[in-house]
Amino acid sequence: MLGPFLETLIGGLLTGVLYSLVALGFVLIFKASGVFNFAQGAMVLFAALTIARLSGEIDGKEVHLANFVVAAAILGVAVAFIGWYAWREYVARGAGPGERRRMLVLAAVGALVGGIAAYSYGKGAWPLWLAIAATAAIMGLLAYAIERLVLRHLVNQEGIILFMATLGIANFLDGLGQTLWGSDIYKINLGLPKDPIFLFEGVFPGGLLVDPGELVAAAIAAGLVVVLAIFFQKTRVGRALRAVADDHAAAQSVGIPLNTIWLIVWTVSGLVALAAGLIWGAKLGVQFSISLIALKALPVLILGGFTSVPGAIVGGLIIGAGEKLSEVFLAPILVKQFDLAGGGIENWFAYMLALVFLLFRPQGLFGERIIERV
Amino acid sequence: MLYREAGQFKTTYVADQQIFPILQDRVFVLAVTVVAFLAVPMFASPYLYTEILIPFLILSLAAIGLNILVGYCGQVSLGTGGFMAVGAYAAYNLWLRVPEVNNLVVVFLFGGVMAAAVGILFGIPSLRIKGFYLAVATLASQFFLDWLFARVKWLTNYTPSGSVAVGNLSVFGWKIETPADRYLLILGLVVLATLVAKNLVRGHIGRSWMAIRDMDIAAEIIGFRPLRTKLTAFAVSSFFIGVAGAMWAFLRLGAWEPLAFDINRSFQILFMVIIGGLGSLLGSFLGAAFIVLMPILLNQLPGWFGIRMSTALLSHLEFMVFGAMIVFFLIVEPHGLARLWAVAKEKLRLWPFPH
Repeated sequence: MLGPFLETLIGGLLTGVLYSLVALGFVLIFKASGVFNFAQGAMVLFAALTIARLSGEIDGKEVHLANFVVAAAILGVAVAFIGWYAWREYVARGAGPGERRRMLVLAAVGALVGGIAAYSYGKGAWPLWLAIAATAAIMGLLAYAIERLVLRHLVNQEGIILFMATLGIANFLDGLGQTLWGSDIYKINLGLPKDPIFLFEGVFPGGLLVDPGELVAAAIAAGLVVVLAIFFQKTRVGRALRAVADDHAAAQSVGIPLNTIWLIVWTVSGLVALAAGLIWGAKLGVQFSISLIALKALPVLILGGFTSVPGAIVGGLIIGAGEKLSEVFLAPILVKQFDLAGGGIENWFAYMLALVFLLFRPQGLFGERIIERV
Repeated sequence: MLYREAGQFKTTYVADQQIFPILQDRVFVLAVTVVAFLAVPMFASPYLYTEILIPFLILSLAAIGLNILVGYCGQVSLGTGGFMAVGAYAAYNLWLRVPEVNNLVVVFLFGGVMAAAVGILFGIPSLRIKGFYLAVATLASQFFLDWLFARVKWLTNYTPSGSVAVGNLSVFGWKIETPADRYLLILGLVVLATLVAKNLVRGHIGRSWMAIRDMDIAAEIIGFRPLRTKLTAFAVSSFFIGVAGAMWAFLRLGAWEPLAFDINRSFQILFMVIIGGLGSLLGSFLGAAFIVLMPILLNQLPGWFGIRMSTALLSHLEFMVFGAMIVFFLIVEPHGLARLWAVAKEKLRLWPFPH
């Protein structure tokens, strides 16, 4: 009895890590800008589609050369910018005159180089690392577009209006991704080991069956969390982010540029979406249903608290484990007892679990205490 | 010139407290109602009925229901689809199991009452949980109810995957057969429901909802009971949504499965409320019209310009344009179409001689 239980528990926890990863994207944006970003799932889908199509074998399905050229151009611009930024920060020490013009020239050169390279290379599968880099650049551009075109115009609106706007963005991204890259099911090949491994064969009869792919995925997710934690706690930008999260007005008054911070936050959560899309895509294939993963992350979010990074992680583990355990052990009992047409309770069990938690702690496990004044 | 209330003096309280205090408004609303009841059936085609008018009216009712909860009482809910499903399946079970009650009005009311009961149940957490936490918590009801109707066989009369069908409908002996019949029945019910909703929101109950919405602690301190106020909002809202769900199932679809009331339906109706305008009944209608007409228009548009596209590409582009339109409208007018209408009316008062 203990063997299957532990097996399910481990499977659940590993899935939970992936939920945490998506929830993390939500938390980052909510903390820094108070936007409840429903587009996180669409961002995951978009990133996964882009990687899959840029890196995948072209399986007879048409991908326009223009897509590759544009992707390469965006990557070129991003590389040019990063290089320029590093040079300004660490070599030139500060901004010089004519900066704006120089930036534009640089971007144009980057785009040109990238575009020409992609054009002469022709269309075809890119190596995975290049596809990931290009997708990261595209997510950055996307963050810029969202900040510039949407959020900037909705400053000071109520939360629900911002939430609706992100729903609109989610719709747009779902459509855009599938218009650009097609809507079939694609594969991402991360080269993860497929054969199941057995742990503790001496302790339990037959050992515990664990999917090594999930193990690697969980390790990547955990690594990402550590990197993010360091980024938030130890870097200058991270400190600015935390300041903005604490108090917008105060942060602005000490000279932290809000718009830049939002851009960075959306970029970071775009990169988190990329990681999530990569792992989920490798696990389940890239298809439209990936964007529904956002719905899986929501109970994690309310369980852990909207504003807490550790909350997202612990919440993800609890939800992942609870979901799998309930499906394996509770569902058969329910089916037998009430003569149901199949289980499938994992769709709502996580929500109910989170709801019950919330009744005792309305701000989630690690959320900031809600203080209300009249 | 046309829309000027100068000279319209109210000499009694009754005259002052009527729903439309301005004569022109009364005439306009009356004219619209008369046109809807008498003129539309004379020229409307079945396509106009089934694809535009009937969805518009039913979803307007659902939007009114949600607007009561979100716009008037300030409790964000993402479980609308689930409550519509409760209305639909409760109505179905009454219709199926008690054949003597072959009266759609009774059937719909039963659906509404059951939805209200479920709404109260899922409204209880709103006393503890607020804001986005509540919004996500209401998703629990959506997923749970979806699951319930897909899995519990008794509720769907042991049909595979919960797909059920109804037929042979009548109201007080009036057989509902043609699209025109359905349209008239729906129109009558929606007009009635709107009247009820309007009187609720401008009366004592509506004011208590608004007090809770604006600041619940302050409202509690000056003597509104949060428990009763929030739960009545959930009950009334779910009632309307349940009736709309039953109508959607019986008169729009005829045969349906739980998938017809999935989470996308919830978002669709929330879009209507937000685009139309929070806290405005007129806005619910405008938002419903916008959301119903928009996809139809987007679908037809390439054809008018002679552009041929594959259906898959068309549906993806539709997604994109729809999303972009939502964002655009939110940026241009975050208070919704109803606010645009109010601005237009304000302009109209001075037209054609502004200061």
